[in-house]
Amino acid sequence: MLISNLEILPDYRIVKHIGLVQGSSVRSKHVGRDIMASIKNIFGGELEGYTELLHESREEATARLVTQAKEIGANAVLNVRFSTSSIAAGAAEIFVYGTAVELEKT
Amino acid sequence: MIEIGFFLVFMTCGFVFGSLAEQRHFKRIIQREKMMNSLPVVASRYPPEDVAYHQHLVAGSVVVASDYFKSFTAGLVNIFGGSVTPFESLLDRGRREAILRMKDEAKICNAELIFNVKLETTRIATGRAGAIEVLAYGTAMTPVSLLDVNPTTLAAIRKSASSQTDS
Repeated sequence: MLISNLEILPDYRIVKHIGLVQGSSVRSKHVGRDIMASIKNIFGGELEGYTELLHESREEATARLVTQAKEIGANAVLNVRFSTSSIAAGAAEIFVYGTAVELEKT
Repeated sequence: MIEIGFFLVFMTCGFVFGSLAEQRHFKRIIQREKMMNSLPVVASRYPPEDVAYHQHLVAGSVVVASDYFKSFTAGLVNIFGGSVTPFESLLDRGRREAILRMKDEAKICNAELIFNVKLETTRIATGRAGAIEVLAYGTAMTPVSLLDVNPTTLAAIRKSASSQTDS
């Protein structure tokens, strides 16, 4: 499965546009991480726990996107976009969407 | 009285550790940016057609928190208006770090270019102060010729591609 945030791929021809596919993931960390984060807020700096959290959600969201694309018979997802929002303190949503297409190598 | 004491302690801690961390972070960022200079990041949507490339989606993200001192001074500036420099530097740090992490990922794929880069910033609320999350993503372009030369990289790309698709 080819995932790209480009609209046009050189060397490939789009045979069929199948439709929009999406994947999203909301995750949170345990309370200990949240407490550590609020302490870190006094000193400043990177919140590694949350970075890790967002990394995990990104992977999960992308995996869901791929599953959906496969189900409808696509072999590539183009023009992929990520979107993030904080749902509540300590929880974040990552939403990824793109166009599922059938590609053919020219 | 105790509250004022806490406030002063937090302010000093924030100022001392916060600016130290920021200075160190900027130093590291500049160092890594110099190392990564050979890998240009392009915001254009249309890839060059003359060279055959292998595409790969790469991303980098970071969460940086503001410190107590920054948040407080930002609050003060808010009363009078004007540019909120403490937060400007925080956002700058976050964006540059995210782009660097994306480049790190692209380097693994032996990429020559990163195309159609998008940056996404979100405020994450933790307590009274804020933290920001920056996500940078784009399409890493690896020349097919380079893929042939380096089989280990090809294996790495295939591995990361198959972990996404398991096909």
